[in-house]
Amino acid sequence: MSKFGSASNKKEVPALSSGSLSDIVFMLLFFFMVTTQMRETENKVQVKVPVASEVVKLERKDLASYINIGAPIRSLQSTFGTEARIQLNDSFKNIDEIRDFIAAERDAMSEADRSYMTTVIRCDQDVRMGIVSDVKQELRRCSALKIMYSARKPAED
Amino acid sequence: MTTTMGDQSGLQRRLPPIPDSKQAQDQKVNRRNIIIVRINASDRLFAGTEALEISQLKDKIKEFLTNPANDPNLPEKEMTDIPGYGQYPISKGVISLQNDRGTSYQAYIAAQNELVKAVNELRDDFSRQAYGRPFISLTEEQQSIVKTAIPQNISEAEPKDVTKK
Repeated sequence: MSKFGSASNKKEVPALSSGSLSDIVFMLLFFFMVTTQMRETENKVQVKVPVASEVVKLERKDLASYINIGAPIRSLQSTFGTEARIQLNDSFKNIDEIRDFIAAERDAMSEADRSYMTTVIRCDQDVRMGIVSDVKQELRRCSALKIMYSARKPAED
Repeated sequence: MTTTMGDQSGLQRRLPPIPDSKQAQDQKVNRRNIIIVRINASDRLFAGTEALEISQLKDKIKEFLTNPANDPNLPEKEMTDIPGYGQYPISKGVISLQNDRGTSYQAYIAAQNELVKAVNELRDDFSRQAYGRPFISLTEEQQSIVKTAIPQNISEAEPKDVTKK
């Protein structure tokens, strides 16, 4: 067989078949289509959530509403300063606007799902608890009692 | 438009409802059944009256909840009939977590995490003893029995100034 011919036979590398190129491209495309999700709102505050080892997954993502707390992002710091702010949907809000926000979120849900509504507090790890306590008190007042402190798993184990 | 990889995980909690002004603070909890975990403005941790490191908190809570020596200063236990399991002394202990307005969020979550970890480890111990398997691989029915036997009573206290004390 010529394949196992003498060493003097110069070996030629066969040309790379480009037939499976489209398979690879589509596989990558589908992978990213499945794993990524659109971010509904633009972040206006910097949030680096703290680390916690006992985190649980949020069960129903569609029933969650998000409250972001943190310092404004760098490009907005000239207008809004570096003090921690609350972001609801797309803009900075005050404590007393949480009530309207929760009411709006609640209205958007079906009657049966309302009791399962979870408010996810995404708060930066360097924020002082004062503002978080205010938010919690306000949530209690609008009886949105199911909350979740957003946190990430530690990198090791 | 930006995209994210899903990172929706965290610590779930239930806030206490706002108490009615009429029946204000009616339910007194027995002194021995409550442990107050406090974090002050400089992120120092106190359990009861003694200062603790965050790494010691878990064991302190576990001791508080199990009360292995039936210490009269630690929470009482109530023999309760759990359907599907039988008699089990359920601890009446409540953990109250208090913080200051100046406490950092990171320290607060770290303390929350230790409390949850203490309860989770107790549940795991119980599961292994009763069913020979860790809590996570039990059936849903068994999990709810374990949850009844070892409740997670963490109270998010009314905010108050810790510095005053």
